[in-house]
Amino acid sequence: MKKRTVVLAFILMLVAVGSLAAQQYYIPLISKGFQHQFWQAVKQGAEQAAKELGVTITFEGPESEAMVDKQIDMLAAALAKNPSALGFAALDSKAAIPYLQQAKAKNIPVIAFDSGVDSDIPLTTCATDNVAAAAYAADKMAELIGGAGEIAVVVHDQTSRTGIDRRDGFVNRIKSKYPKITIVTVQYGGGDHLRSTDLTKAIIQSHPNLKGIFGANEGSAIGVLNGVKEMGKVGKIVVIGYDSGAQQIAAIRSGEMAGAITQNPVGIGYQVVASAVKALKGEKLPKFIDTGFYWYDKTNIDDPKIQAVLYQ
Amino acid sequence: MANQSNKAAAQSPVKTVSGTKGASARQKVLAFSSLVLLIIVFSILSPNFFQPYNLIAIMLSTAVNGVLAIGVTFVIITGGIDLSVGTMMTFTAVMAAQTVAVWNLPVIVGVFVALLVGTICGMTSGIMVAKFKIPPFIATLGMSMLTKGLSLIIANSKPIYFTNAPSFSQIAMGTMFPFLQDFQIPNAVIILFVLAILASFVLNNTIFGRYTFAIGSNEEAVRLSGIDTDRWKIAVYAVNGLICGVAGILIASRLNSAQPALGQGYELDAIAAAVIGGTSLSGGEGTILGTIIGAFIMSTLTNGLRILSVPQEWQIVMTGIIIIFAVYMDMLRKRR
Repeated sequence: MKKRTVVLAFILMLVAVGSLAAQQYYIPLISKGFQHQFWQAVKQGAEQAAKELGVTITFEGPESEAMVDKQIDMLAAALAKNPSALGFAALDSKAAIPYLQQAKAKNIPVIAFDSGVDSDIPLTTCATDNVAAAAYAADKMAELIGGAGEIAVVVHDQTSRTGIDRRDGFVNRIKSKYPKITIVTVQYGGGDHLRSTDLTKAIIQSHPNLKGIFGANEGSAIGVLNGVKEMGKVGKIVVIGYDSGAQQIAAIRSGEMAGAITQNPVGIGYQVVASAVKALKGEKLPKFIDTGFYWYDKTNIDDPKIQAVLYQ
Repeated sequence: MANQSNKAAAQSPVKTVSGTKGASARQKVLAFSSLVLLIIVFSILSPNFFQPYNLIAIMLSTAVNGVLAIGVTFVIITGGIDLSVGTMMTFTAVMAAQTVAVWNLPVIVGVFVALLVGTICGMTSGIMVAKFKIPPFIATLGMSMLTKGLSLIIANSKPIYFTNAPSFSQIAMGTMFPFLQDFQIPNAVIILFVLAILASFVLNNTIFGRYTFAIGSNEEAVRLSGIDTDRWKIAVYAVNGLICGVAGILIASRLNSAQPALGQGYELDAIAAAVIGGTSLSGGEGTILGTIIGAFIMSTLTNGLRILSVPQEWQIVMTGIIIIFAVYMDMLRKRR
């Protein structure tokens, strides 16, 4: 019977996939997403560490960063597998606390990554020091516009840890160190290319003397860049971005974007797995593991050290 | 709606109901055996699957989608569709949070507000469909954007936390059976089952249910027999809205917060659950039991694949295959 063949094939497929899981340390990583290039780079780093240290990992994240409940389902399923340790980048850390408490009760070490968890359950957090990185972007902005004038900021959101840290890092550095620079507005575009483009155009329209704009993540930076292009202001407005991606890299090469901060996503993934293994061996971990950031522009983009952390 | 023309105009509503029962019973049996098969396969493949903790996780992850699917089943049986159930759920959750966490009113008032807001939204969709003759696909797509936007505006694009009302999370996460030691079924699951029984009763044993089927099989015939079909259609969409309110309360309670950006995409999961359970997208047939089984198939599959550490990309592919397979079986059955 045809139907039976289909069912049989399906079962065989499951067996094949199921048998791949070996009997060693198993560390699931629950991320905020899996489709974006940034998360793929984190996954790549985690896989690299898993290979070197001889552990098994899985990497999962919801389809959109709004799906808090789906991420919690993933967390629940990961805990059901009795993992050795757990890597977790919370979309909403308050909503996840009951499950983190379960992990603690089962003695499963939890390693937070990317944006941290408002709880003392994670043994450490592997992330970029976004405040320091954004402050560095502010220094570069000041240098490029000559230390005076009007600038604007486009951020992905006002709720996530990364959004808050990058905004505050940038804004506070400008306010404390560069009194001649005014930030005319801080706008939120959800990290969406199109929305950030529209925002940027409106900002340029209402502030004709604008000298620079900072886009606080990949989507915001591309949006800012598109807005500046559509308003015919390339070369007149200094654009500084965050993260990488094919479009941003191309814009930096062509000079449309002055430069950008890049995190080290591969390093984040690597550190999560490495820290989990250390925790399992009983080693003590620092409360925060800074995975570092780099400034890159036209001059150093081909430097192997930079190329290693950029992703297309 | 396509179903109006090709069915005999003389067919009486009552006859339609009894005529579809045998066929959808078969689909139910098929769906149920698929669910059992999935459970057996996953249990064999992983010792971690058939554990109390994991079974509860599956049930909990079914609760919200199951409730939404019950609501949308009513609408689909009338030959309509509702693409706004996900964001309508979010909107009711935000309104409940606004009431309880911002205005500091008692939890029960928040629950009432969520149900009321859901009913009003559903009724509005119903009026657009029945009175203004806007196709359900478009009317509810508009309602989906409208409720999404309103949720973001009211919550100021930020989650609202129930920090001042710890009892709110008990609605879904507490348990009525604390004596069941290792198998404490959360209230969300109990609410799903109670709602399913109620909805099943309404669909099979009341005039409302009878007209829901009749409109889906042959709206023109029902109208010609002197029944105000517009009124009943509006009522069906309103009931769907009310059920979205229940889902809104459950998800807000589970996350202990109203997440205003959430909800888009959830309507498709709900529709898929109904279809897997044998509800026909052309209207006139469907059962609540089938829908619940459909919702469980989806969550069991997702959970099982996760337990087996199947890469996420393949999980999506397999879910797609299952949905196509289920609908194909449904088509085969009808051709016979």
